[in-house]
Amino acid sequence: MTDATAPTPRPNWFSRLAHPGAFLNWSRPAILPLAVLSALCFAAGLWLAFFSAPLETENVGTTLPILYIHVPNAWLSQFVYAVMAIASLGTLVWRHPLADVAAKSAAPLGAAFTALALYTGSLWGRPTWGTFWEWDGRMTSTLILFLIYCGIIALWRAFDDQGRAARIAAVVTLVGALNIPVIKFSVDWWHTLHQSSTILVPGGPRMATSILVPLFLMVIAFTLLFLALHIVSMRTEILRRRATNLERQAAMGAR
Amino acid sequence: MPDLGPHAAFIVWAYVGVALATVALIAWVALNARNVRRRLAALDAQGIRRRSDGPAA
Repeated sequence: MTDATAPTPRPNWFSRLAHPGAFLNWSRPAILPLAVLSALCFAAGLWLAFFSAPLETENVGTTLPILYIHVPNAWLSQFVYAVMAIASLGTLVWRHPLADVAAKSAAPLGAAFTALALYTGSLWGRPTWGTFWEWDGRMTSTLILFLIYCGIIALWRAFDDQGRAARIAAVVTLVGALNIPVIKFSVDWWHTLHQSSTILVPGGPRMATSILVPLFLMVIAFTLLFLALHIVSMRTEILRRRATNLERQAAMGAR
Repeated sequence: MPDLGPHAAFIVWAYVGVALATVALIAWVALNARNVRRRLAALDAQGIRRRSDGPAA
């Protein structure tokens, strides 16, 4: 026999933080500091890149400055997808309402960063390899990632019932996550035009500190920008759902 | 202005493209946020709000 007077268990700290209403409260003060920090990192990174670091190296050549915008966008193309994959687990396993908001809001941002990785990569490729595009492992798998992002965005827009869209998009996101290790290891598995890893390698980065510092600053700047945009987009999605529910209730009340 | 070498055009186009796309992305996110706030404000003006937000004024 159960004790009807027993207190309901207190939700843990994560449940309290991740409640959509609570998220709206705590996330608001986080946006401005993230945006300011991002702007400061952009300023410092660009200044160091163009006025302190060398503008060319023996192995990269004179297109080195493109590295500072290509690498952060390439990193974000995969990082944002990892965020979406974790959120998709939250949707499928815990059915958490904030999880599908996080996944839906991240998709257009991830698509934009992936498009920029492809764009800067092709502008790097033309003077370095003599071609804007080559169907090699790294470039093709990144293009597939962009198409997966586009497919997930289309899925979200195809359903009025956002709960159903969330579950289908979550399954597609998790299946598409198989592409992430393919992108990462494509330069090791196949002989590609794209250079192999130079930063995250055993024994430390194979790059001069004067180039690594602005590069890391730019990676941090873009990542903080993504976090700020993601929080704003998540807040917008929560409020959009509220507005839609209120409009539906008002329409039913007017009948 | 630093000397960007023989491939300056590729570097400039890469930075211009990324800058424009980033500004467009920020503007798109901000516009979406503003549109939703306006929708909620319009509903609020009609006295339509969530029960947890208190009664209409």
